[in-house]
Amino acid sequence: MSFLDRIAEGWRKNRKPGYYENFDYHWTMTIDLDQCSGCGACVTACQAENNLPIVGEKAFAKGREVKWLRMEHYWEGEYPDVKLNIIPMLCQHCDNAPCETVCPVSATYHNQDGLNTQIYNRCIGTRSCAVYCPYEVRYFNYNDHTWDSPLDQQLNPDVSVREKGVMEKCTFCIQRVRQAKDTAKDDGRRRVRDGEVQPACVQTCPSQAMAFGDRNDPESNVSQTLAGPRAYRVLDELNTKSSVVYLKKVETEA
Amino acid sequence: MQGDPNPLKYTDIHNDVVASIVETGSNYYVALATALALTLICFFFPWFYQLYYGIGAAGMNHPGVWGTYLASFIFWIGLSHSGTLLSCVLHITNSSWRKAMYRSAEAMTLFSLVVAAMMVMVHVGRPWFIHWTLPYPNQMEMWPNFRSPLLFDVMAITTYITGSTVFIYMGSIPDFAAVRDRTRGWRNTMYSLLSLGWRGTDREWHRLHWAYTFLAVLIIPLAVSVHSIVSWDFAMSIVPALHQTIFAPYFVVGAIYSGTAGIVTVMFVLRKFMDFGEYITELHFDNLGKLLLVLSLLWSYINIVEIFTGFYSGASGETEALRYRLFGFYAPLYWEMITFCAVLPLLCAFKRFRTSFVPMLYLSIAINIGMYTERFLIVATSLSRQYLPDAWGLYVPSAVEISILVGTLALFTTLFLLFVKIFPSVSMYEVKETMDTPKKIPAAASGGSLA
Repeated sequence: MSFLDRIAEGWRKNRKPGYYENFDYHWTMTIDLDQCSGCGACVTACQAENNLPIVGEKAFAKGREVKWLRMEHYWEGEYPDVKLNIIPMLCQHCDNAPCETVCPVSATYHNQDGLNTQIYNRCIGTRSCAVYCPYEVRYFNYNDHTWDSPLDQQLNPDVSVREKGVMEKCTFCIQRVRQAKDTAKDDGRRRVRDGEVQPACVQTCPSQAMAFGDRNDPESNVSQTLAGPRAYRVLDELNTKSSVVYLKKVETEA
Repeated sequence: MQGDPNPLKYTDIHNDVVASIVETGSNYYVALATALALTLICFFFPWFYQLYYGIGAAGMNHPGVWGTYLASFIFWIGLSHSGTLLSCVLHITNSSWRKAMYRSAEAMTLFSLVVAAMMVMVHVGRPWFIHWTLPYPNQMEMWPNFRSPLLFDVMAITTYITGSTVFIYMGSIPDFAAVRDRTRGWRNTMYSLLSLGWRGTDREWHRLHWAYTFLAVLIIPLAVSVHSIVSWDFAMSIVPALHQTIFAPYFVVGAIYSGTAGIVTVMFVLRKFMDFGEYITELHFDNLGKLLLVLSLLWSYINIVEIFTGFYSGASGETEALRYRLFGFYAPLYWEMITFCAVLPLLCAFKRFRTSFVPMLYLSIAINIGMYTERFLIVATSLSRQYLPDAWGLYVPSAVEISILVGTLALFTTLFLLFVKIFPSVSMYEVKETMDTPKKIPAAASGGSLA
């Protein structure tokens, strides 16, 4: 073995890959479109949990609302034969995330839990991640937001309030994931139990259309659902390897 | 200039060029004051307001997160292209007609790059942290993301600015020395410093020529790579209509195209207002006109390829993006671009058109308007139509953005006006190379920097 080969091998052995081959956890969300009624409770829960700004009428008209989770509406057919398809769209936490490669300052990266994270105080606001994201789930703070009293009292202390000029997006409620991991550690367990952690949207879903869990654990609820025939990923052809899996609506013959 | 009945003498060149530096008419001050005021009012005030308020001062929204700022950035990078690149190519190919115009062309490169760098600052949400894009050792132990095409961009542009600055400065050293020998007071001090003790010995000329050619060879691939890398900001995304391999050559051709048109504009202005009629002649307009014709044909070809690939892909996202570009909300702009950049330049096929100054001026301005539109459309139409129809949107620039767009022109003009009073805007020594050797050296021209 030549000198150079030895160096190369040593390098391969010792380097810590920026992209993990195996995540500690591989958090995954499943959304059953058959059970989803489109009530929008998840949107509200997300708003409350994650200190999403209420941008106001003007900014809304300009298309600057911040909704980490939004309901997409697709109408089919002509009146009166119309059908409404609803799909909740949130950050898909792609394993091959286009947004991660483009950020010049690594403000968005993949952490060891398989989550696509956004570091607000590292973000310089090039907004390129929002361009690269095919799901259009990244939202930019076009200005500073205010919460009129007493609304400022209900801000979640576990979540930072973002300043103008930074990008933000769904975190899979990383504050809850962290808390669950801490609790597990304090209890002397090595791992978080299935169902122990739920993002706000999953927790609030009245029809229980959403589920959250660890894909690394073959026994977990989501792992079982993933194997089912209805599971699919949005824009799978782009090879983003997303972590949000939708369950197709079952069409019933009228 | 050779065979002219009343030929220019070496002295005339020195006197003309030095006069353009030291003798300043009131018109110049009016122009400078106007440009400076416009820069402040149209560029800096709106920008400061935007810094205070946030990017919300611009018209960007949810799908259209990039807007005219980025379009301006590409436009100015593009405009920078022909200057130094053209100068280098012509230097290597020994084209003597380059000599009268290359200094101003290179200045154009430099100032376009400065303006482009300013546009990055205007574009990003938190420009006060822009240094995080540079790989410097820091207490956070954070590197920039080397996989990011935006980081390639930072690298490419800083290299290009450095290279262009060295190139224009080195090429000007003998001329600084010539001006030094003809000025007094603070100007003499300044030019003494700038000319680095140039004496005009054989050895110095030899070294200068060698280093100059070396840099010229170095800068050509650099210039090509810079705009290729700028194109990767777009092409490396998976956005329909941006994710195309043709983008790198498309951007490079577009850059050289708009840059050449920019040179025509600048040369017209220099000729008209700086009395450089004897140096910048019909020959230059003729040659640049030919170049414009070739580039417009290339550009049209690439546009046809782009449309064809979009159509041929059959992918719903691509075809929708293409349909939207050709016939959607922004379609009038698209057809304006085709008219200005593909149809009008065909007039350059006629020698009579190429050698008439005013029509060439109009054409060059039309081309650059068209090229700005192209950059705007690349950003605006693609972002408006991405994969998920629910997230389709519309982006229209706000007043702040339009003001800043005008302001960048004023900023560029200000920089250029300052340049013509500091740099000899025609390369004296290279113009002299194209002339007959004088029979007897006149006393007035026998300064230390005799070339």
